[in-house]
Amino acid sequence: MSEKHVLLIEDEPHIAEAIRFILTRAGWVVSLETNGSAALGRIAAETPDAVILDLMLPGCSGLEILAELRAKPRFVDLPVLMLTARGQGRDREAAERAGASAFLAKPFANGDVLASLEAIIARAQSVRSA
Amino acid sequence: MARSALTGTRIRERRTALRMKQADLARTAGISPAYLNLIEHNRRRVGDSLLDQLAQVLGVDPVALSEGAEGVLFDGLREALVSAETEGGAQPAGLPELERIEEFVGRFPGWAAVLAGRQARVAALERVVESYSERMAQDPFLLASLHEVLSAVTSLRSTAAILVETEDIEPEWRARFLRTIQDESLRLSDTAEALVGYLDELEEAETGLSSPLEQVEAWLSMRGWHLPELEQADPPAPEALIDGVAELASGAARKLALAHIARASDDVRALPLAPFADALRELGCDPARLAQRFGAPMGSVFRRLATLPSGIEGAPPAGLVICDGSGTLTFRRAAPGFTMPRFGAACPLWPLYEALTRPMQPVRTVVDMAGRLPQRFLTYAFCAPRQPAGFDGPVLMEAMMLILPPPPERGPGERPVGSSCRICSRGDCVGRREPSILSEG
Repeated sequence: MSEKHVLLIEDEPHIAEAIRFILTRAGWVVSLETNGSAALGRIAAETPDAVILDLMLPGCSGLEILAELRAKPRFVDLPVLMLTARGQGRDREAAERAGASAFLAKPFANGDVLASLEAIIARAQSVRSA
Repeated sequence: MARSALTGTRIRERRTALRMKQADLARTAGISPAYLNLIEHNRRRVGDSLLDQLAQVLGVDPVALSEGAEGVLFDGLREALVSAETEGGAQPAGLPELERIEEFVGRFPGWAAVLAGRQARVAALERVVESYSERMAQDPFLLASLHEVLSAVTSLRSTAAILVETEDIEPEWRARFLRTIQDESLRLSDTAEALVGYLDELEEAETGLSSPLEQVEAWLSMRGWHLPELEQADPPAPEALIDGVAELASGAARKLALAHIARASDDVRALPLAPFADALRELGCDPARLAQRFGAPMGSVFRRLATLPSGIEGAPPAGLVICDGSGTLTFRRAAPGFTMPRFGAACPLWPLYEALTRPMQPVRTVVDMAGRLPQRFLTYAFCAPRQPAGFDGPVLMEAMMLILPPPPERGPGERPVGSSCRICSRGDCVGRREPSILSEG
């Protein structure tokens, strides 16, 4: 099986480092983008298998990135795992409407990052093969 | 003068409250008892001069017997009714009838004033709550701080889990993650501290009030916690000591201040400054020995030690906290490093509360106060009953804790304590009653 590639869009360096460590050890190729404004360009250039997208980013919010992404036919089905704050129901609702594939509330258990990512990849594959 | 249909009712209520016979009031006012009876039952209109005469005999302003004096009350009661309708929807049968509001005010002016006053207070508090809610939802500092806290906690949790769960982690990664934990811990600590400070200031600013106890503490702090006027042979009247004091902004605070002065005066009489200073030099700072020397109550010694003027030989810097039987703090003089809660209850592990359960038994404990720089203190706690209403009155308990510098050597039985659960970092404390914003994130 070929290596899966995920683009992590997260401006908190220590959170990004932890996620990158966890996913890399699980066999993922992880690239990192810390600026919201540059995120869309990175996605277009790298065409990752999935995106982990933080809601609160400098430059351009996670919601804006997601909305622009879903507006492009090429990325309508791209699996996007959204990182939200625990208890922020309104943010989560807005992200759901904008087309997030799944959510992960901060603070999260490390195992949940991997499990959530694999779940949205599997779901996208089953939709494609159906 | 506008005249309500219930002026007579109010005259009767006032007369009966004064336990005055109808015949006596009638005679004094120069009318017949039968005529007064008709007035009191609202069957005769009262002329202005007679109303003035009756009011004078009853010791009230004539306006208080007429409608004009109750306008504010009516407004307050109507507001209370509207609130009840807005909150509850359907009302219980018979509550509250708007058309009988005048009768209610006329017959029970005291209760009506209480109800209207409560309504005004509720409305004021509702405004405070609204402004808080708005702040919490929109305040950029709060939102940014909470984001910081959440990010730090997320980072800490993930990094700690990696270190614990990854057995074959490379040394350079281990070192890197350990540095992360240190950095994020500091970030969390700084953010939480800033947040607590901000919330405390916010509360003060938003309500525009500090509690009466805080006002008294501010005044005493400004006076160096010592009132030299009381040491004079002929001390001034207590009122003169608080006259024009800006810190004592509320009537409640001035009452508390007068109570403090009265108590301090008793303490001065029981423990005159010069002999007390001599005894302190001779016996050391031992409250029990000092109390025995002067035949004074232990509480007086505690209070005297905590409010001595500076420069007394042998007098250590002392803090003092006093609580009543409910555990509510009624006096707080903080010692440097010994943090006292501004709001809510204190740490349940304070020896103060142990003393409360063991009246008349001295409790000596060295405590270790949680904080960024943990500090030890020697505490003496004591609880004694009071019976201000006499032998047959209720017994009121009062506990005090004197806070002194610690002994140089650590000993067995030293007790970890905090300020209050909300801002205490001792996560595994057996006494914890609510999560801490410092330890739980």
